[in-house]
Parts: sequence; C-alpha cells; structure tokens
Amino acid sequence: MRKILIRGGRVLDPASDRDETADVLIEDGKIRAVGPSLDATDAEVVEAKGCWVAPGFVDLHTHLREPGQEYKEDIGSGGRSAVAGGFTSVACMANTDPVNDDPAMTDFILDRAQQSSPARVYPVAAATKGLKGKVMTEMSALKAAGAVAFSDDGKTIMDAAVMRHVLEYSKLVECPVITHAEDRKLVANGVVNEGPVSTKLGLPANPSLAEDVMVVRDLMLAEMVGAHLHIAHVSSKGAVAAIRAARERGVCVTAEVTPHHLALTDEAALGYDTNTKVAPPLRSAADVLACRAGLVDGTIDAIATDHAPHAVHEKDLEFTLAPPGLLGFETAFSVVMDLVRRSELSPLELMRRMSTNPAKIIDRPGGSLAVGELADVVILDPELRWVYDPAKGYSKSQNSPWAGKEMHGRVVATIVGGVPVYDVEHGVL
Amino acid sequence: MIGTDLLGIEDLERESIERILHTAERMQEVGNRVVKKVPTLRGRTIVNLFFEPSTRTRASFEIAGKRLSADVINFSTDSSSLKKAESILDTARTLDAMDPDVVVVRHGVAGVPKRIADVLSAPVINAGDGAHEHPTQALLDLFTVRKRKGRIDGLTITIVGDILHSRVARSNIYGFIKMGAEVRIAAPPPMIPAAVETLGVKAFTSLREALDGADVVMALRIQNERLSGTYLPSVREYSATFGIDRETLRYAKDDAIVMHPGPINRGVELAHDIADHQHSVILDQVRNGVAIRMAVLYLIAGRQERSFG
Amino acid sequence: MTPSQTNSSNARAAGATRPNQKTVLDDVGIRRALMRIAHEILERCEDLERLYLVAIPNGGVPLARILGANLKEIAGVDVIVGVLDTTLYRDDLNTGSERPLLRDTEMPSAVDERFVVLVDDVVKTGRTIRAAMDALMDFGRPKTVQVVGLIDRGHRELPIKLDYVGKNVPTEPMELVRLRGDQGNLEGALEVVVTDATERGATP
Repeated sequence: MRKILIRGGRVLDPASDRDETADVLIEDGKIRAVGPSLDATDAEVVEAKGCWVAPGFVDLHTHLREPGQEYKEDIGSGGRSAVAGGFTSVACMANTDPVNDDPAMTDFILDRAQQSSPARVYPVAAATKGLKGKVMTEMSALKAAGAVAFSDDGKTIMDAAVMRHVLEYSKLVECPVITHAEDRKLVANGVVNEGPVSTKLGLPANPSLAEDVMVVRDLMLAEMVGAHLHIAHVSSKGAVAAIRAARERGVCVTAEVTPHHLALTDEAALGYDTNTKVAPPLRSAADVLACRAGLVDGTIDAIATDHAPHAVHEKDLEFTLAPPGLLGFETAFSVVMDLVRRSELSPLELMRRMSTNPAKIIDRPGGSLAVGELADVVILDPELRWVYDPAKGYSKSQNSPWAGKEMHGRVVATIVGGVPVYDVEHGVL
Repeated sequence: MIGTDLLGIEDLERESIERILHTAERMQEVGNRVVKKVPTLRGRTIVNLFFEPSTRTRASFEIAGKRLSADVINFSTDSSSLKKAESILDTARTLDAMDPDVVVVRHGVAGVPKRIADVLSAPVINAGDGAHEHPTQALLDLFTVRKRKGRIDGLTITIVGDILHSRVARSNIYGFIKMGAEVRIAAPPPMIPAAVETLGVKAFTSLREALDGADVVMALRIQNERLSGTYLPSVREYSATFGIDRETLRYAKDDAIVMHPGPINRGVELAHDIADHQHSVILDQVRNGVAIRMAVLYLIAGRQERSFG
Repeated sequence: MTPSQTNSSNARAAGATRPNQKTVLDDVGIRRALMRIAHEILERCEDLERLYLVAIPNGGVPLARILGANLKEIAGVDVIVGVLDTTLYRDDLNTGSERPLLRDTEMPSAVDERFVVLVDDVVKTGRTIRAAMDALMDFGRPKTVQVVGLIDRGHRELPIKLDYVGKNVPTEPMELVRLRGDQGNLEGALEVVVTDATERGATP
C-alpha cells in the first residue's frame, strides 16, 4: 500500500483538539503518525504549507439519485463530486426510485458505491415503506444490510402516531431517525419563505412556522420515547430555539444545517432563479443569524449539504413547478469558510462540524486523525480564490445558486482510506 | 428612460411612468380618428404569449398592436406546444428563433415573464404573472384616475379584496405610491399578504375605516375557487363585509370614483348597481387600456435597429 | 401673447443669443414673411371656405396661427387651423434607443375635399413633410396639399418642394436652425436662430 507524507500543513484534528503545524504520515490506509518533521523516506510527499490538513468531511444529507434518476446524478458522479468538495463519506437519502426501503436496495446502493464512488457511501433507509408515512420499514434488516439512519426526508411523516412508533422502533436498532421537519399542510403550495420577499415576488409562501411546529412535535415525541432524533437542515430561528431548549432538557437530539441556510437569505430568490428554490426555503436574515449562532453554540452539531441535483430542464420550469434543491458538495467548504473569516468559528471548530460530529451522529469511522484511524483526509487552502462553474464540476447537474460566483477557500486534495482521490490540479483521480 | 422590458411597475421610475402616461394621452387621439391606425410599427411582429386564458388583456394588446400597424400573433395554451410539458425557457428559445420584435407574456406563475426576458433577445412586456405584477393594468388605472381627478399626487386610493393573490393590487400599490398617492388596502385577514406594510401601504380589516375619505375605491375580483374554503367562509359573508355598495361608498369622498379591473362578479365585490353608478369608471379603464398598451408598445417595441445579414 | 409691438432687438436680448448663434430672421421679418405668404395663399386658393391650415408641431403651430389671423385680416375668412403631429409616421423611429416624445394632434375636422396647407418652421430633408402627408391622408382625402416653410435651408433628401417660402437660408448640414420665442415655448416675439455645429457636439 501507498505511503504518503503530508508535510508542513496546519493539522486540525477536532477529535484530539489538535491545531498545530505538523506532518501527517499515512500508510496502509491508516494514519501512521502525526507530528513534527516525520521521516519521509520512501513516502510520496504532499507539501501542505499554508494549507489545513483535517479529517475528510462527512455529509449526513445527500441525494445521489441512483437508482431511478441517473440523469440527475448517480452514485459514481455524486461520489466524485463529493471528494472534489472534500467529503470522504456521504449518507444518501432514501428517495430513490425504487425507494430504499428494502435490504436489497441498500445492498444495491452499497454495491454500486463499491464499484463507482471514490467516497464512502452510507445509505439512509426509508422510515416508512415507500416514504408513504404509513407502514414502518424493517429497520433491523436494513441496518444489517448497512443502513446508518432512517428517514422519509422530504416526505415528512405527518401522522404523529406513525412518527412516534418509528422513533420507538429505532431504539431497537440504535440508529437516528432523521426528520425533515415541515408541516406539509402549513407549507401548502409554498415555495419561498413567507415574508416581505414572498409578498414582493407574488409566489406562494411557506411560513417558517411550518418548520417550527414540526420540530417541536418531533422533539416532544423523541423526548417521550427516548429515541435519537436528528433534525435535518434546520433553517428557522424558532427551530433553533426549540432544539436548544430540548437539549437543555436532555432530549437526545442532534441537528444539521446546510451551507445555503447559513449563507443565503430569501432575497436570493428575488430574481426568480429556481436554483434558489430549496426545501426548506431560504429564510430571512434573522433566521440565518439564528442558524449561525446555533451552529456556533453547539445547538446544531453538523453542517450537511443536502446535495440535491436536478437537471437543467427541470430547473427551467416555472418557479412553482421546478423541483427544490441545489448542489452542495463542491461549494460547501468555500461557503462555510465565511464563518471562520467572520471569526464566528475557529478553523478547528468548523472542521468538527464538517467531520467529527457528523461521523459520530451516524456512528461511522472518520472525523479523526488519531494514529490507527482510517486515513480519510482533506487538505484545504483557506485563501485560494476561484470561480465556481458547475458545468466544470463533477455532478451531472448544474443547479447551484453560486454558479459563476467567486469563491474564497478551496479543497486542494482529498484522500480516502490512504488513497489520493482528488487534487485541485488534476481533478478526481 | 424606459428599459428594454416592462416587467413590473416596481422597476419603473416616476419619470418613466409620466412618460408612458403622456404618450398614452396622444395615443388616445389616434383611437378617436376615423382611420385608427398609424404606421409606427409596420413590419414589426408582436407575439402575445399567453399561458393563461385572458380575453380582455389579450384583445387589448392585440388592438393596440394593430393600431400601430404591427403584425400580432397569438400563442395561447390551446394552440401551441405548451401542453407538451416543454419547459417555459425552451418555449422562449423556440420563439426567439422566430425573431419577434416584442413578446407579451402572461402566465399564472409569478416570475415567468422575467425568466423569459432573461433568455429572449426581444423585449418582453409582462401582461400579468401570477400574484406578482400586471404593469399595464396599473398604468391604465393611473391614467384613468389622472384623467378623472386631474392628478394623482395627494389622493387616497383604497384597494379592496384579495390582495394576497392579486397582481393588480401589487402593481397599483407600486404605481400609485410612486405617483404620490396614499394607498390603503382592505381585505379579510387571510387575504392580506405577509409583511404587506413593506410595500408602503396601510392595511385595514374594516372596510369603513379603509374607505374613510378615499378618492378612489378599487375593488378586486375574487376568484371563484377562493369564494369558499380556507380563505373565506362564503360569498354572502364576503359581500356583506367587503362588498362595495351605496352604503359603504358613503364613507369615501362624495366625488370618489369606483374602479374594478374586471371581470366583475356583480353582487360580490360590487353591488349590482355600483358598476353602472355615475362614479364608476370601469368602462373608461377598458378604453384607456388600449391607449396605454399602444404607448408601451411604441416606447418598447422594435427600438433597436434590425441588422440585415 | 401679442408680440406685434416687440422689436427685433428685444427679441434677441430675451433669447440670449450666444456667440456661436446668429439670428437669421427676427420677429418683424417673420411677420412680414407670413403676411406675404397669406397673400400668396389667397391668390392661389380656389375656395377660401375650404382652406385648411395644418400646423406641424412644434414650430408650425404659432406660424399657422399667425397665418390664420392674417387671412382673417385680409379676406375676412375664419380659416380652420389644425395641428398634426408627425412623430408616429417618422421613418427613423427604429434607429434611436429612445423613442421621441409625442406631441398633440388636434384636427378639428376631416380634410376631405379641403385645400390643405401644411405649415412648418424649418424645412431641410423633406422627411417631416413626407410624414405629414402620410398622416394627413389618414384624416381624409384632401383636394390639394401645399406646403409653407418659413425657412428653407436646402439639403433635400426627398422629392419635396415648398409652395411658400419665408426665407431661403443656406446652411451647413450640421448646423441647427430653429424657431424660438422670447417667452419660451414659442410664445412672445419669435426669431429664427442658427447655431453652428460645435454647439451640437457629434450628434448629426
């Protein structure tokens, strides 16, 4: 196996709270040593001066579209896009066609990942059969097949009794239940955040209240049954407050927030760009501030992209008809670097929320540069400026609100299990 | 001064509105001639791209275009490929290849004219998009009010009805405020959009208070599908609380005028006899619509020199 | 409003003539020319009852009014005076990025079987007269059409000849020739002023 020495970078290892200039030696797919001036004989040397060296990012929330919608993305293209964004592990949602609600489907996804994806892929299985919110899936069998969590994602389970039983049953498999918390009745046909922007645009509005009430419901259910609830893409001030209060009460809850909900407000939709249409919608500036504060104070554990590829012809539809979602992998680091630049998070704490915390939530390896750990490593240049062109990216789709924008900070190399899979000069290897 | 497209009143400067109204005044004279036609847009092609049924607005644009000697072609949902799930932008690109000089777009979803304008080389005029804007309606309303009242500055305009779903309301709110009027809205609370005060209006749930001292009373059409259900309990309740009749009109100024963008649900938004009341200017609105659309077409269509070869 | 008492030096003072401008026809000269033209029109008109003066705005409007008053004074007839904006009939509408401002049209009656006299202040290329004739035809079928130009500056681009000329003023194509009044808006004492090309910048 290859021996790689990453030399002279700023090593950021949240698992051991290490933040110092050091070398990292990788051998046989594992971290062999971390320290100053390591012996480099017979190792490939990667110069990392001026760069950050951190555990590979772990994305709790992605849509890889395979099987069923390979024209948008497949596990291979999604995996390549992931490693180009520094993600060494991605959890993929169950809303494929067919739905991942059966161990055979989980097997299929893992097989395909083995064959085609440079990133590790962890399937999230459906919580109910067909994402219909009625009959629970066979969580035991799915877990045995490799599922790491259960979720109906965008098809929020509206029946509180079903959600209660899903949460109860999840205790059997000790996996988190991930909720896309939006009351679908309150959302109605809403496509932009309710407020001055929806009024100006004249588009159907989706109130943040729809998220708040569902977060509160699910927190109460989780509290009652004592299960691990993970709240996906928190976007509202009310949701952040509810989660904070629940954590204080000792509810077993974790939460994620997306780069877009940390960086963009609903005003991004003012030109009717369907690439700003996402669920939950981009919210007000006050909501964005609350999400950032929640990420900083630990109310929200992780950054997850909700990478959701859609084809150009789908996003060319009317704003109400275009599917929600946007690409996440390749812009995530550059976008969230803003938190470091504004001194809201230290580089080490940002890395914790990109890797260590999400790995812990799904109880998978990663998020650590301790000796003997898997050598999933990312090398980052926090100062590199570049212009994002989704057409030149690895996703099959191009739906990004950052298309054509200048980005600050970039992933320069990604290593999965000791094997370099991406570098900025050569692309995905 | 007038941009390439006319997508909304929100984007217009007051001077541009003045210019359109001034031009419409002269266009009205053309409509009074025996030969109601001038050669201004001869050889130009106007495409009416209507994704939503509309008789009045389409006819009004068609007459306006023809009075300026343009060739007017109607594309509507029934007669084109739009039902084949082609994306709106593909439709726009297809149209662009036919080289129109101006495209008039109506669509049931907000933002479609803007997005079509983004890909089309021809100028786009918004003829109504979802609950966003209907700029030519607001312009003709401004024109009608100014003709009747001699001014807009300092007037009080009360818009009554389903503000939430109304593009006419939004365009008129922008237009009347830009021209110096005070705009009030009155509606059942579920029909008042979120943060509506950010548009610069005062919202009322009491019709009487909203009408108090108003110079202009503008009733909006309530769409049939919203007459009962989650927005309103019933027609009867709506007309009893927000219908304009002689009784409620007494709260407005004595010389207040009554407007309605049409088509009217008689007995719902307006009492049966109000539409024909001496203060009703509803038919003037229709008449003035042609002059306004001629003005807009004149100021926008075919301004750029065509290149040969 | 009545400028008859105003002499030419007053007019020039109020118009604030700049060094690169010169007055080629003052108020007295204008009124003298219009009186002569009124006589010429009377001489050539077959039926005064059917005479119809049509002014091309803006400059033609005060001139047509003066001509109308002169005809009343000389022959005691009330000649109809109309105003016809030619903008919508122009042949250069597609060249500019900004559309020209429209002016009022007020045609008090149809022109069928009338002896129409178009009145313009300054005639150069003939394109405005061409537009005016097209516009006129939309108001009926005149018996004859004649043209008054207070100033003929040459440079014709269309086969248009003037029937009545106040004064021939040879000019350079780039020069600007215009009628103005000392009260603004073509009111008060009138004069025709030539401004040399430097004043106009590069715009032809």
